Amino acid sequence: MNPMNYIYLSCILFSLGAAGVLLRRNAIVVFMCIELMLNAANLAFVTFSRMNGALDGQIVAFFTMVVAACEVVVGLAIIVTIYRSRRSASVDDARLLRL
Amino acid sequence: MNAPNIEYGMLGPILIILGAALIGVLIEAFVSRKYRYVLQVGTSFAAVALAFLQLFLIRHTSSKAAVGSMSIDGAAIVLQGSVLIFGFLGLLLIAERGFQSFTAQAAAIPGSNEEQKALVSGLQQTEVFPLTLFAISGAMLFPAANDLLTLFVSLEVLSLPLYLMAGLSQRRRLLSQEAALKYFLLGAFASAFFLFGSAFIYGQAGSTTFDGIRKSIVESGGSDQFLLVGLALLTVGLLFKVSAAPFHAWTPDVYQGSPTPITAFMAAVTKVAAFGAAIRIYYFAVGGLVWSWRPILIAISIATMAIGTVIAIAQKDVKRVLAYSAIAHSGFLLTGIIALSKDGLNATLIYLFTYGFTTIGTFAILTLVRDSGGEVSDLNRWVGLGKRSPLVAATFTLFLLGLAGIPLTSGFVGKFAIFSAAYKSGNISVVVAGVLASAIAAFFYIRIIVMMYFSDPVEDGTSVVIPSKVTVAAIAICAVATLVMGIYPQPVISAINSLAFFAG
Repeated sequence: MNPMNYIYLSCILFSLGAAGVLLRRNAIVVFMCIELMLNAANLAFVTFSRMNGALDGQIVAFFTMVVAACEVVVGLAIIVTIYRSRRSASVDDARLLRL
Repeated sequence: MNAPNIEYGMLGPILIILGAALIGVLIEAFVSRKYRYVLQVGTSFAAVALAFLQLFLIRHTSSKAAVGSMSIDGAAIVLQGSVLIFGFLGLLLIAERGFQSFTAQAAAIPGSNEEQKALVSGLQQTEVFPLTLFAISGAMLFPAANDLLTLFVSLEVLSLPLYLMAGLSQRRRLLSQEAALKYFLLGAFASAFFLFGSAFIYGQAGSTTFDGIRKSIVESGGSDQFLLVGLALLTVGLLFKVSAAPFHAWTPDVYQGSPTPITAFMAAVTKVAAFGAAIRIYYFAVGGLVWSWRPILIAISIATMAIGTVIAIAQKDVKRVLAYSAIAHSGFLLTGIIALSKDGLNATLIYLFTYGFTTIGTFAILTLVRDSGGEVSDLNRWVGLGKRSPLVAATFTLFLLGLAGIPLTSGFVGKFAIFSAAYKSGNISVVVAGVLASAIAAFFYIRIIVMMYFSDPVEDGTSVVIPSKVTVAAIAICAVATLVMGIYPQPVISAINSLAFFAG
């Protein structure tokens, strides 16, 4: 199968994720969409690794997983604190800081 | 198969800071509360001093390290040195105990009994010190990274602690938490773009190292669409970090919501790290694609200067004014990248070095002007400060003149260097825009000075607190640096000129 198809798939996943970040209102869902974008990047790395016949891309994918896990730790901590103090995780409610 | 050779000496400065950060985590977990603060402060300052010493010892190194994934060369050493100095100044502000900037317990609900109890009994957590050290280590890795993977990991090591630190403010907890949320969501969004861009660059170049990318551009003539798509997405991620328009929206909110010592640290250190990484990418890795990226960066630079200066005029909060000023400075700094010459590299490093002192000094002054409810950042309540506390107002004036780039302050030296480098490279449009933007910017800096000196003070409980020695030391260092590098800049300029090279 032509490996380019996987690149197309990763582009679709990335766009879905980006659209989700811009459209969804719940901070957790927004965050999940960002994770989807990171995974799209992983898929692209692995596919390019296959196309280039080198292993670096696959190694990058492993590192990305670790970094994404760290991001989850930090991100959930922030979102949970916000939820506990406001009883809402909607990004629309976070609007104290404005002009 | 041979085991890879790791140059511990060359990576020493970063490893020392990372090690100290880990020790800091252990101190927070195991040492009794009474000794934590002293131990944390001691560890942090000792680590920064040791790292600086090690950096000084290796200052003439110029080679790749860690199997080509790092490049410890003159440019990296200047940038790492700047990061360490600004990290040290930031730590001085963070270590201030005369007034509370940080929440006692970040996890407590704002206004809850737990929070009150922690505050009354003085159960101050000190996790901010190891977080700062992690951020410093990331900021030192970022400009030295020589491979897309190292670049991504160091970006996250720099950013993740900062997301948390933004939410640690003692007063106005909700605002601070909101700043953390915005910074985190937008930062993670930008780093996803960054990573996706890296994937495409890797796809074309067949290698993640900057040397490999550089070679593949030379061989292919740089016409492949994967490379251009990848570079565009990578640029989005980088421009977010340096808060260039149109990716600047987070800056005012995060600067305003964060505890002021953190704002000071973040403003100086992330700028140095992000521009350091950007200049290595655009000069070294994708220098061959200059005709593709230069027009875009010119447009972004001009837009950033315009947005930063024009919106700053309308602001009523000192921290927001300074945030928009930081955006405008990103625009000025981009002209150094656009220049793509040895002069441009020198000028960017000089600008970053001078700008860091001035900006940390400005935010340090901000921590001193308070009322019973904490810091006063409403511009209207700064009226008449020059009559009430002449020394603080005079120092603040010096920093504002430095940010405006008035001669005899370090800001002028940086601006002159960076605009003349852009001019010599033939990019007149950015120079014209830069000079115009500087003129508009001077208006709102001078407006603050006028407000401080030429109006009568209003009695609303605003006062300048007497800080302890650490904050005084930080402000004094920044003020002296701003003044000395403005009057006698030659030693710094020639030192940076002689060091600023990339290892080929």
